[in-house]
Amino acid sequence: MNIEQTDFYTQAILSIAALIGLMSFLMLGQSRLLRLIFVFALQGFLLTLTTSLAAHSLHNPHLYISAALTLILKVIFIPWMLRREVLHMNIHRDVQTLKNKTFIMLGGASLMVFSYYVLHPIVQTTAPVMLNALAVSLSVVLLGMLLMISHRQAVAHVVGFMSIENGLFFAAIVATKGMPMVVELGIAFDVLVAAVLFGIFFLHIRSSIDSLDVDLLNRLNEIEK
Amino acid sequence: MIAAYFVLLIPLAGIIFFAIANSKMDMGKINVYFNAICLLATLWLAINVLNQGTILSTSKAFLVDSFNVYLIVLTAFIGLTTSIFSAPYMAHEKEIGKLTDRRLKLYYTMYQGFMLAMYLVLTTNNLGIMWVAMEGATLATVLLVSLYRTPESIEAAWKYFILCGVGIAQALFGTILLYYAAMQIGDGSNALLWSVLYENAQQLNPEILEIAFVFLLIGYGTKIGLVPLHNWLPDAHSEGPTPMSAVLSGLLLNDALYAVVRNKMLVDGTTHSNIAGYLMMGFGLLSFLVGALFLHRQKDIKRLFSYSSIEHMGMMTFAFGIGGSLATYAALLHMTVHSLTKSAIFVTVGHAAQIAGTQRIEKIRGLIRTQPQVGWGLLIGTLAIAGFPPFGVFTSEFLVLLATMHSYPWLAPLVLLGIGIAFAGLFRHIQPIVYGERPEGQLPVKANLWPVIIHLGLVLWLGLSIPGFLAHWFSQATVLISGSAPL
Repeated sequence: MNIEQTDFYTQAILSIAALIGLMSFLMLGQSRLLRLIFVFALQGFLLTLTTSLAAHSLHNPHLYISAALTLILKVIFIPWMLRREVLHMNIHRDVQTLKNKTFIMLGGASLMVFSYYVLHPIVQTTAPVMLNALAVSLSVVLLGMLLMISHRQAVAHVVGFMSIENGLFFAAIVATKGMPMVVELGIAFDVLVAAVLFGIFFLHIRSSIDSLDVDLLNRLNEIEK
Repeated sequence: MIAAYFVLLIPLAGIIFFAIANSKMDMGKINVYFNAICLLATLWLAINVLNQGTILSTSKAFLVDSFNVYLIVLTAFIGLTTSIFSAPYMAHEKEIGKLTDRRLKLYYTMYQGFMLAMYLVLTTNNLGIMWVAMEGATLATVLLVSLYRTPESIEAAWKYFILCGVGIAQALFGTILLYYAAMQIGDGSNALLWSVLYENAQQLNPEILEIAFVFLLIGYGTKIGLVPLHNWLPDAHSEGPTPMSAVLSGLLLNDALYAVVRNKMLVDGTTHSNIAGYLMMGFGLLSFLVGALFLHRQKDIKRLFSYSSIEHMGMMTFAFGIGGSLATYAALLHMTVHSLTKSAIFVTVGHAAQIAGTQRIEKIRGLIRTQPQVGWGLLIGTLAIAGFPPFGVFTSEFLVLLATMHSYPWLAPLVLLGIGIAFAGLFRHIQPIVYGERPEGQLPVKANLWPVIIHLGLVLWLGLSIPGFLAHWFSQATVLISGSAPL
């Protein structure tokens, strides 16, 4: 299939999918927390763009509500909360050296290939654009996990967690034109509650280990120390 | 159908009530009342289902059939007995200064929130809402795990939050794939409704459904505590307040398994290969064996029994994976008896830890001499969970073994071995705890052991003879899940 022959909506979705995947890689290689949060907000913005585009092209007005929710939660509220936390803890100047940066990036690339491999069976039944969209969203999910594994700061874990949700939302909008309204509202509610809980947790972790480095959370173990 | 709405509205009212209540009130008692009313509503619902068969609400938003209605009643029952136990237990924790009034209020609010999420998982017909409610259950319990605010409990809660959050995100991806497959054959508005999908399962794309099931199993499997996704479970169980451990083990794990089985029913209808079953058997058997082995090296009594939960959840997953009518029947029975026994054990463990002032196994000694009811309760509970006849766990484990020998005879030695290892692992720890010398200055605590007596009595009854209406119910559920009648 020639990409120039597809309609504007499909082309736009494909480009945004590529950009969203790129954002995940940028986050993965980031060693400064504030920049990490900025890239995360950017990814959220791309998601908002996708949702409103889908709402416009598919004449599906309820997606506008979903776009607004994404904008408020993922682009404004959560980045704002994380940024405040980082500034408050005064860790925004810390450069966190990633061990094995090359390996992590290579690992990320292989995860992307893996996503295409896993989802390849569906290409027989659908347009290739769906395969791209679903594979990119799966790789965003997997890259979010890799981000959580490779970074030590609790803030980075939250960013990874939320970017996993971004990947899922992208899949839901592109592949299925959005979930039913009640489900989307439910998911948005869960994300909101999770964000608030993360805020509460930062407070608790700070007061218990005086840091947000989750490597220090290592008391519970199978092996007695 | 009105009964189902009541089941959901009562805990909702409970959340609102505790959120605005004055913390000087006797909240423990009010919590018991809320749960008791809810149990009555679920019984009413059960009678409706018994008379009318499957109930689908007019908007198709809720579905109650013979499979979930008994889990709903079980949830309400354990919710009630645990709340009876938790009232004096939490009061004691407050007296010794581990908790403040505000945290107690949080505890009761979230207790009702958790119950609401559980009922919603069970009653909803919409797979998306099922996911939302499952995630809601994590969110409701995460602050309860860190209720004591010790560094350990905060670590456990963080681990629980992150692992279950990421894990269950996989289930959402699976649900999206399922929805995508459904969109290809019909319109979008009701394509996530389980009843609609089940009717049209033949037309769904088998390849997409296979991929979707892998994600669903991993996602909900994190919540079931399947190895290797189980790391959060022992931590969350050991660091949270004991009533929470009882409901997590007795209810949350069951409901996650329920979600997997519901999805398996769809996949089975579509693929006709037993791929979903094999996956569940593999994960189940692995969890069963690893859980049994880990029992041996535990130092903390609540961790000990949380590994026992992993082991038993593994066995149920394995049994559902085998799939035939006998194995399904056994798995349904095992879900019931395991929930009843495990929550009873956590009640006695909670009292034992209060008596000894610690959860470390080597420090808890001479329970029978200090407080005979607690000691005997723990001993009998352990006997029951280890699968001794005449308790119900024996019956269900025996049936699982029979089904294994029938379908996959070469796996039967592994199952037997696992049961043996688990038995030894439990008893080497429990024997010195209940017998043994009583340490100096160890005093009895105020305990309400009625929940334990009732639960263990029921398990004994189920082991001796399953009452007719319950057997009928299990058979109906088995027909629903596996397509043929048991025995």
